[in-house]
Amino acid sequence: MDQFLNLTLNGLSSGAVYAALALSLVIIYQATRVVNFAQPALALISVYIAYAVSQATGSYWLGFGAALLTGLVLGAATERLLIRPVHGRSPLSAIIVTLGLLLVLQGLAGMVWSNEPHSFSYPLGFRGRFSASDWFALASVGAVALLLFGLYRLTPLGLRMRAAAFRPEAARLSGVRVGLMLTTGWAIASVIGALAGMLAAPPFIFPNVLDAVFIYAIAAAVVGGLENPFGALVGGVLIGLCLSYVSGYAGPELTTLAALAILVLVLSVRPDGLFSRPTARKV
Amino acid sequence: MVSLRNHESTGQGEQPRRASAPSAADRWRALPALVRFPLAAAAAFAAVLALTFVTGPTGDLRIGSVGYYMLAIAGLQLLIGYSGQISLGHGAFMFLGAYTMALLVLHQPALPLWLNMLITVVLSCAAGVLVGAATARLHGPYLAGATLALAVGLPSVTVRFPELLGGSNGLAFSTRGAPPALAGVITNTQWQAAAVWLTTLIGLVVLATISAGRLGRRMRALRDDESAAGLAGVPVGRTKVIAFVISAGAGGLAGACQAYLLGTATPSSFTVTLSLSLLAALVLGGLGSMWGAFFGAVALVYVEVWGEDLAHALSLDSNVANNLPIVFFGVLLILVILVWPQGLHGMLRSLAGLVRRGR
Repeated sequence: MDQFLNLTLNGLSSGAVYAALALSLVIIYQATRVVNFAQPALALISVYIAYAVSQATGSYWLGFGAALLTGLVLGAATERLLIRPVHGRSPLSAIIVTLGLLLVLQGLAGMVWSNEPHSFSYPLGFRGRFSASDWFALASVGAVALLLFGLYRLTPLGLRMRAAAFRPEAARLSGVRVGLMLTTGWAIASVIGALAGMLAAPPFIFPNVLDAVFIYAIAAAVVGGLENPFGALVGGVLIGLCLSYVSGYAGPELTTLAALAILVLVLSVRPDGLFSRPTARKV
Repeated sequence: MVSLRNHESTGQGEQPRRASAPSAADRWRALPALVRFPLAAAAAFAAVLALTFVTGPTGDLRIGSVGYYMLAIAGLQLLIGYSGQISLGHGAFMFLGAYTMALLVLHQPALPLWLNMLITVVLSCAAGVLVGAATARLHGPYLAGATLALAVGLPSVTVRFPELLGGSNGLAFSTRGAPPALAGVITNTQWQAAAVWLTTLIGLVVLATISAGRLGRRMRALRDDESAAGLAGVPVGRTKVIAFVISAGAGGLAGACQAYLLGTATPSSFTVTLSLSLLAALVLGGLGSMWGAFFGAVALVYVEVWGEDLAHALSLDSNVANNLPIVFFGVLLILVILVWPQGLHGMLRSLAGLVRRGR
């Protein structure tokens, strides 16, 4: 029973991280119909910047701020420079471009900071059952989710962003700057991705540190339905809990296969994820 | 239009002669696929064999690598380029093939190589049926996510069964080299490269024949518009699964060739980077043509070689040198998509078109 409780709590805090990264994928997918495979690399660079800033200033929280800022800039730049030119082409083009960016950024990180792991500190204490860092992960992701909900549902900016994503032509006719809204969506998503990276990276950072987290996040996003931010949150927590149980009771080497099994199970019942509405197809 | 004007200027006499005697290229194209592809494969095999006499053992290894990568990429071409399903997990099938090969060599040493290859193909196709059936209803990003999880998850099975699969160190084995009768004529590495290329070319002939036939037509119809293809009578689900199975078989065979060539099967050579590199090489070579697989495979092997050479020549820092190929590959990918989406094959074809028109 005690182990079950431990695993549940662990699953909740890692699930929060997967949910954050899944959320960043879903926001981008909603806005531009692109699965951003470069998301772990954008987060990685943000985390490395945080590492460098923390090393230079000695303050973890300055580094934290630098990471979020880096995420913002990188996300906006990626949309402007790489995604917009392939807008409207086949979905494969965008996937390839983001994969290319993933390779470039991971390679660059290795060039600058070497492929060896560096130690990287937790935001708060990390000892004991459900430590302060776990609380921090859960609380910050919860706060992000609430902020996002407020932004999308209650502010004029959120309304414009939704309009630009769902009916770009009509939005443009009513005076919404669609391009700017898409860039904003990418920037916000990358900030959330950077936050997920900061939560997922400790205790060590190296160029491939976020790969596994990204796989779980993509599984969470797909399980929840790529078009539904709420689904991404539920999917993230679900995947986090399931993987925690599998890792605790069956062995940690099976977690990725378990993620695949959950993915296949859920998608064979609902091919577009748990929380998506069926769409009509035009011939 | 342009060529017509050229003929007018060169005189009237040439036109009828050209019409009555079709050029060699036309006659070649008129041959049925079942004759044309094996002939081309035989010519390619002769060329590769001749090439191995010039290169040393390292060169043989690289030529062999181009061979099995080409097979894997060609399988992926059938899946992505023809049937329009995006798989990011083809490394998983190479993993399966490599370990099947290693286990067969270790536990059934009496079996001949061709039988090992055949067993590998059958097993990988069976795995393809399983995965393909499970993912047949998925499309686009959903399929990509599921296959990505497969590529990341499967290699960790080796850690689960360390006695059988050797854990993270993998399996090492040695294969019989060139037969004694040929001992003085060709070296072991040449023999291995030739065996890999023979397998690859047989696989390519099968893939090319399939994609030129009815099944290939159905796949292209699916890729262009799934709903319309279904309404026109193409069995959507079955065609998708068949494409998946064929490309899984090609991937498994490629993995078997890799294990045979290197004499090892380790989980670290089947990371998700491999799966992504295969896709990258495919796009780089050009989607929708089997030639794209060749250019992609050459790029995959030699970009890394040249990257290392360049890093040596410039005496770069080891951090920079280790990551140079991956950065270069990434930049190349982005540039190809932004500037020349048809890939190397499309680039060469339009260059050839320019030359022909200029003549």
